[in-house]
Amino acid sequence: MEFNFKVPSLFNRTKELEGQIDEFLDIVTQSGLIFSSAIDSYLDKGSSKEFEEFLAKMERTEARGDNLRRDIETKLYVQTLIPDLRGDVLSLLEHVDNIVNIYEANLFRFSIQRPDIPTQFHKGFIKLTETVIICVESLVFASRSFFRDINTVRDHVRKVLFYESEADRISTKLQRKIFVSELDLTRKRHLQYFVENIDQLANSAEDVADELSIYAIKRKL
Amino acid sequence: MDLSVLIFLTSGLFLGWSLGANDAANIFGTAVGTRMVRFSTAAIVCSIFVILGAVISGGGTTQTLGRLGAISTLAGAFTAALAAAFTVYLMTKRGLPVSTSQAIVGAIVGWNFFSGATTDAAELYKIIATWIACPILAGLIAVPLFKLVQYVLNMAKLHLLRLDAYTRFALVLAGAFGAYSLGANNIANVVGVFVPASPFTDFTIGELVTVNSTQQLFLLGAVAIGIGIFTYSKHVMLTVGQDLAAMTPVAAWVVVVSHSIVLFVFASQGLERILAGAGLPTIPLVPVSSSQAVVGAIVGLGMMRHSEGVRWPLLGSIVLGWVLTPFAAAIVCFFGLFVLQNLFNQSVY
Repeated sequence: MEFNFKVPSLFNRTKELEGQIDEFLDIVTQSGLIFSSAIDSYLDKGSSKEFEEFLAKMERTEARGDNLRRDIETKLYVQTLIPDLRGDVLSLLEHVDNIVNIYEANLFRFSIQRPDIPTQFHKGFIKLTETVIICVESLVFASRSFFRDINTVRDHVRKVLFYESEADRISTKLQRKIFVSELDLTRKRHLQYFVENIDQLANSAEDVADELSIYAIKRKL
Repeated sequence: MDLSVLIFLTSGLFLGWSLGANDAANIFGTAVGTRMVRFSTAAIVCSIFVILGAVISGGGTTQTLGRLGAISTLAGAFTAALAAAFTVYLMTKRGLPVSTSQAIVGAIVGWNFFSGATTDAAELYKIIATWIACPILAGLIAVPLFKLVQYVLNMAKLHLLRLDAYTRFALVLAGAFGAYSLGANNIANVVGVFVPASPFTDFTIGELVTVNSTQQLFLLGAVAIGIGIFTYSKHVMLTVGQDLAAMTPVAAWVVVVSHSIVLFVFASQGLERILAGAGLPTIPLVPVSSSQAVVGAIVGLGMMRHSEGVRWPLLGSIVLGWVLTPFAAAIVCFFGLFVLQNLFNQSVY
């Protein structure tokens, strides 16, 4: 029968894991900034070397996020930490990680399909990108609150919901503008596809925020 | 020591074993069931502190049982402990929650009836009043304690993982306190009836510490409780942990601490001296039910949230078990004494 309740090492391990979770959420924020810069670059210069560098940076960031998430998940299981909330935390980390994947997938689409976006729609694309990034950033705040200050989760979740509605509104407006333009239907559908995929970031953030609200209620019980 | 003495002590040791198997779950059940604390850690901490509590502070509640009925022969004590153990077994088998404290008090009253000894009514009422007060007090302690912990945690804004680490540590500390209180309060149930007929003699270790016969008896009983913890409580702990899965580890900590305070208050001779010294009314030292203290704390927390959260029919069956236990133990003891005296020709008083 083993007896290993080493208090100091338990607290050290906890501190290390806290740092890793913070770093993982930093990666989500960083991915948003790379995405924003990449879209700006694409609208400005098209599929340039600069854009490809942003894509490469996004790939490295996404891979680091994946490794970090796996490491956190393994530690949570192996060290049997937060047994009552472990399932919720793992689900949260995986779904947040999925948002980073969506950032990356969007940039890959731009790189592969090279959509020709007329200047008249640039403002709409920039506005939509900014809004979805704020929406995801609000989710990052909500997630940090879930770990540190449960009472403020609700405030951040409300922001996620607000910016998701904003993103929907901007996306709809942009699609209407695209479909009333003189472009041929193939190009209209191609642009619509890109608008919808960028908007998907806000939709995913909203889904995670809904889950987070339930996790927060469970934590308060 | 005469072999017959050991045979007579077995019923008390069996009662100790079953107490360890069942009541350790009240202290460490949620922590082990939810994997916050390893069973090995829980079992070691629980056993050590049960023994310390019993040997250091077990005297107070034993004196109360002695005033209710001083069973003068080993055979009588054997029957009383066996009757209590048998009642606990019967009630458990029927799925009724049961308290060792109530079973042993019932058995002592049964012995009083059989031997013609007078039952001190004032002492009996005091014990019954304590039993009623025990779960209520646990609930009354749990609610403000939970509010206080909630307030402190809201202010501290601890990271979820840090809170988890602190809670594990706090659960072990609360468990140690709970085990000490359990040993101090409930050792009287296990070997209290043997005290007037104790087969041990006092001895001194290095002319410094004198271990009296009662303490040796308590040590033996506490070791039986420890064996019960190691051999059988894991299953009970895991069941309790799953039953109370809706409770957060912090709430579980509040329940364990509330339970431990109640058991400690009803066992502490030191507290009794302090209160008496200050001219305040003292708290009776009575063996109370560990399970009922836990139930009281859980119901208290449930009512604090919303009264619909409490399953009242279940609570009704708990109270029914509480009322039935002493009567059943008294009857079983009475017939047991009759059999031992007339069939086995033993002197039971």
